[in-house]
Amino acid sequence: MMVMTMLIVSLLLFMVMEVNIESVAIKVLGQFSTEHQRHLWLESNGYYRPGYVRYFEWLGNILQGSFGYSVVYKIEVGELLWPRLKNTGILAGLTLAVVVPLSILLGVLAGMREGSYRDRSISIISIITASVPEFCSATLIAWILVFSLHLLPGTSSFISGFSWAEMVMPVLVLVLYDFGYITRMTRASMAEVMQSQYIRTAQLKGLPFRRVIFRHALRNALIAPFTVIMLQLPWLLSGVIVTEYFFAYKGIGTLLLEAALRQDVYLLEACTMFLVAVAVGTQAISDIGYMLLNPKIRFK
Amino acid sequence: MATTHADLVAKKPRRGLVAVLMNLRESWVGMIGLAIILFWVVVALFAPIISPYDPLAIQTPFAKPGSPAPDGGVFWLGADHLGRDVLSRVAWGSRTVLIYAPLATFCAYLVGIIMGLMAGYQRGWIDILLSRVGDIILSFPVLLLYIIAIQEFGRSNLNIVIAIVFGSAPGIMRIVRGLTLDIREREYVAAAQVRGESNWYIMLTEILPNARGPLIVDACLRLGYVIITIGILGFLGLGLPPPDPEWGGMISETRAMAMIFPHMTLAPAIALSSLVLGFNLMADGLREISLKD
Amino acid sequence: MSQDSPLLEIENLHVSYWTRAAEVPAVIDFSLTINEGDTVGLVGESGCGKSTVAMAIMNYMGANGSIKSGAIRLRGRDITQLNQNEMRILRGNEIAMIYQEPMASLNPAMTVAHQLMEVPMIHQGATADQARSASEQMLSDVHIPDPARIMASYPHQISGGQQQRVVIAMALLANPSLLLLDEPTTALDVTVEAGIVKLIREIASKYKMTQIYISHNLGLILQTCERVCVMYSGQAVEEGSISNLFSQPKHPYTHGLFNCIPLPQTDKNDAPLIPIPGQLPLPHERPTGCTYGPRCRAFKIDVCDQQGIPYEHIEETNQHVRCRRWSEIKPNDLIPDKVAMENAQIGDIVLDTKNLSKHYEVEGTSRNFSTMLGFKETVALKANQELNLSARHGETLAIVGESGCGKSTFAKVLLGLETSTSGDLTHDGVEIGRISVRERQQTQLAALQIVFQNPVDTLNPSHTVGAQVGRVLKKFGISHGKTDTREKTLELLAKVKLPDEFYYRLPRQLSGGQKQRIGIARAFAGKPTLVVADEPVSALDVSVQAAITELLMEIQREYGTTLLLISHDLSVVRYLSDRVVVMYLGKIVECGSRDEIFEPPYHPYTEALLAAAPIADLRVKKRDIILEGNLPSPLDPPKGCPFTTRCPRRIGDICDTTPPEEQISADGHRIACHIPLEELSQIDPVFAITE
Repeated sequence: MMVMTMLIVSLLLFMVMEVNIESVAIKVLGQFSTEHQRHLWLESNGYYRPGYVRYFEWLGNILQGSFGYSVVYKIEVGELLWPRLKNTGILAGLTLAVVVPLSILLGVLAGMREGSYRDRSISIISIITASVPEFCSATLIAWILVFSLHLLPGTSSFISGFSWAEMVMPVLVLVLYDFGYITRMTRASMAEVMQSQYIRTAQLKGLPFRRVIFRHALRNALIAPFTVIMLQLPWLLSGVIVTEYFFAYKGIGTLLLEAALRQDVYLLEACTMFLVAVAVGTQAISDIGYMLLNPKIRFK
Repeated sequence: MATTHADLVAKKPRRGLVAVLMNLRESWVGMIGLAIILFWVVVALFAPIISPYDPLAIQTPFAKPGSPAPDGGVFWLGADHLGRDVLSRVAWGSRTVLIYAPLATFCAYLVGIIMGLMAGYQRGWIDILLSRVGDIILSFPVLLLYIIAIQEFGRSNLNIVIAIVFGSAPGIMRIVRGLTLDIREREYVAAAQVRGESNWYIMLTEILPNARGPLIVDACLRLGYVIITIGILGFLGLGLPPPDPEWGGMISETRAMAMIFPHMTLAPAIALSSLVLGFNLMADGLREISLKD
Repeated sequence: MSQDSPLLEIENLHVSYWTRAAEVPAVIDFSLTINEGDTVGLVGESGCGKSTVAMAIMNYMGANGSIKSGAIRLRGRDITQLNQNEMRILRGNEIAMIYQEPMASLNPAMTVAHQLMEVPMIHQGATADQARSASEQMLSDVHIPDPARIMASYPHQISGGQQQRVVIAMALLANPSLLLLDEPTTALDVTVEAGIVKLIREIASKYKMTQIYISHNLGLILQTCERVCVMYSGQAVEEGSISNLFSQPKHPYTHGLFNCIPLPQTDKNDAPLIPIPGQLPLPHERPTGCTYGPRCRAFKIDVCDQQGIPYEHIEETNQHVRCRRWSEIKPNDLIPDKVAMENAQIGDIVLDTKNLSKHYEVEGTSRNFSTMLGFKETVALKANQELNLSARHGETLAIVGESGCGKSTFAKVLLGLETSTSGDLTHDGVEIGRISVRERQQTQLAALQIVFQNPVDTLNPSHTVGAQVGRVLKKFGISHGKTDTREKTLELLAKVKLPDEFYYRLPRQLSGGQKQRIGIARAFAGKPTLVVADEPVSALDVSVQAAITELLMEIQREYGTTLLLISHDLSVVRYLSDRVVVMYLGKIVECGSRDEIFEPPYHPYTEALLAAAPIADLRVKKRDIILEGNLPSPLDPPKGCPFTTRCPRRIGDICDTTPPEEQISADGHRIACHIPLEELSQIDPVFAITE
């Protein structure tokens, strides 16, 4: 399934980008190239061969790790890609490391006693933070922390190597926006479980409340949020693109954006394929995880 | 028959949009959301009247909020780096958003509902095909989709709407499909089948009205997302073409100088966030009420 | 019957729920004394407050319910005064509870062992090993075969009956003094229910357990309890020993309840059910004086509508009654004049099947090389196998069987929602088994309609009553134009005894019984020749059941429709049907006229079904037949007789290997069994009516 999705996406991508060979030539050689120059270039790069041949060759190259040549940066795409991926990985990793425990904790606390003040306040906070998109919250936070209070550096370009201070704001912005949704899903799942009959059984068995929550409720309540968290990753990646751009963070998001804005064909293709691979991969993990977690499916 | 037709009509229960809004009274969260939305709708409708100045008119660059304008009036929210009145730009910006976001969402819903109903009710190869396609689109980071699409096909209002429809419809389809799968097992659907009703009659008359509740809640949330998306696209420079004021674009244009003149960036940021908040609150209020039913 | 000290004394209990709108009293002035070792039944219809009483004893009423006043004394100690922690110690330890749906009551993510072992470990400080052996012992005490395997299973891997036994084992593990059972068998099949009922009786005698058995089914109460308390709209209206209350009920409501139940001496033509008129009052609209007053045939102004009717204690018979006039009312006052119905005319055959089979293709569960490669294996689920039955014009044919027997599948094939796999199904001479509903003619569609089981889902919640019925009229061409449709709709509403104003009502404004009436109106709107009634009353309260059953009879008589009644409730089947077909695991095991089915010779399965059905009549003595073992999976049915795995009369290997031939006793009574007919005829009848 995963593989099929990737194939279809790669095909669509290729079609969108390279079907019109004239426009490819223009992108590579620039607007001011002459028709004759383009013709030469197209021929020497094999563009007059049939489409499906080019597609399979491209696909083969991608799978071997040879991504082509960046028009804008004038170096191998591969050289650009890996360090950027690493940076984005750090950003995403840190964000998840904060978001996941935070939202699950808040969600469980809220759902445990539905309708309580604690529940209402957590819900309201979640709604408010989920209403402020990354570029707005970044604006606000940057204004407060950088310009008013002068606490943190304004950009996160790692000019002098990795710096924790530079990580704070991008991670903060991403966490603020993303935790709301997962918290509410966890809360909903927990609240539903607390209403269930088997929790009633557990309480009428005379079990202490703590045991009811930890042993009986959580196992069931956390199944849904797990899948939600996995499926949120594509959203996280979208947010990553904007956040990286805002803070000039050298990750794959900014690379992608540049590639798109400056028509860097091969770079764009490579970045896209990577991001899609990540998204599809997480979906597969989510499916497998759900199967493992849910005893009704795991033990027929 | 002792009761006349008029008597019967008098006892008709209230349904439809009016009923939904009247029910909203029971949730203060929903009411606050509704108030915020209505505020911006009014601003958008009366933008020409509310704005003291032409949003494109270049006057005093970097004027601070509350400072006087050349013609004797006041820049209530200051002026941007080109000297355009921020208040007017924010007001006119609301128009852009409140036209395109609902439009795009509505179209996405049309597409999503039809696809979801067909996939969920008719099953078979339609379901497999639509679900696969939907899964593929959903596994993309949506922003990526928009970026590539707009780059390739150009920046225009129509393209943005189409891109958003493309990006949102699969999510809607998934929800509608889930609801349809659930509702089609109900006995009143079987009763309709036994009467020999056509597929489309059943989908549109028996199933869809009963999916109203969750769909209305989703619509509010999705409007919020779409507004954010339009904002992001504007921010990244891929949004609706200038010079019409647009909140995302306003933020990106003035970002560089925000350190000294924060008002230019904060005003549209707060405007956007508040509008999205309004929709999210109303969605939450609606959901609260539907649970009480 | 003992004069022991009371274990539980409930005195003047008032329980209310607080909603945003107002206080809703759920239990009013409830008093009950339960002696040690007794099983006391708490019976009533929905909304009477019986479950609330149980929850009040456990002090577990949710966020907005609480005990307003009154006392609950457990061995003299008022437990309403305990705080949450003290209450928690009591729960599971002194008082244990068992509820309706066993699947929902067990935690799906924990093994059975885990859930059982918790009880002794928390309440008695047992170690894991002690807990484990105690749990296994208890599982075998509740007659679960192979306890070790069950211990390691998850709840969804075991059957409904086994799940309920696990719940019972869980309740018994802490050795409680009082056991509360809230409708423990409602979600189970009749034969499984019988097994649980027997277990409950065993627990009562073996452990000398004091039990409160809550049910709406008087037959079950008769089988399990020594005393019973009847509740109506939050109050206890009568209480007494089983023998007293069942033979001579004092309160008009109790009397009315008994008249609603299709007991063996009722007959749809000569001695029909007598429904209770009116409706249960809403909790905030209770009338002053006697709550039952507006519906009582012996209601007397200025006597029954005065506040403060006492819960009288009758010394001689140790009974309680909440009625001012109980001593003056004679049973005949409560029964309206009998209107004997005439027998419906039964005509020619309208429905006929020959070797009708329906198989579903489902994914197999085997894992082998080809499944690993991704190839899906399909297995045939033989839902219906070679059915041969027929129904006549104006007749009521009942199809009886438990879940998984294939009766719903047959209905679906009949109505065209599925098509047959092989064999013929003819209606009015036309073969329709192979024609799906999409391809049927308008006239065929109008002629075959269905009344559904679940009133909640039978109507579309988004459309008004008038619109839904009107749609049928328009579609089948019975009415033309708006005014005509409206008029005919109002006529139909009147036929199902609903007032005109229901035309614009939405389903959520209707009660269960009212919705079912609309369902009937909708089914008969097209003047059908055959109506399938799929468990039409099983989801309704007892008094409403009687009203709907009578309505169905009336309409059937008027239209001369053939009624195909699908049910698992043998009392209703006995009352309503002319002929009966008994199904088991997709095959017909016996078919014949109503009288032939209910008397020997029986098919062994029919015998067990009859023995399992609860009957609320003291004079009826039933034989005790409990089926052991589980229903085989329909994916892998036995090669011979389908009943062989559980049959108490299994004669040998022939039952496993060879499908039995149908033996025909006189005039159309067929039994599919290897045991010769002469032997079957010698069996004692399941019922015996003693005087």
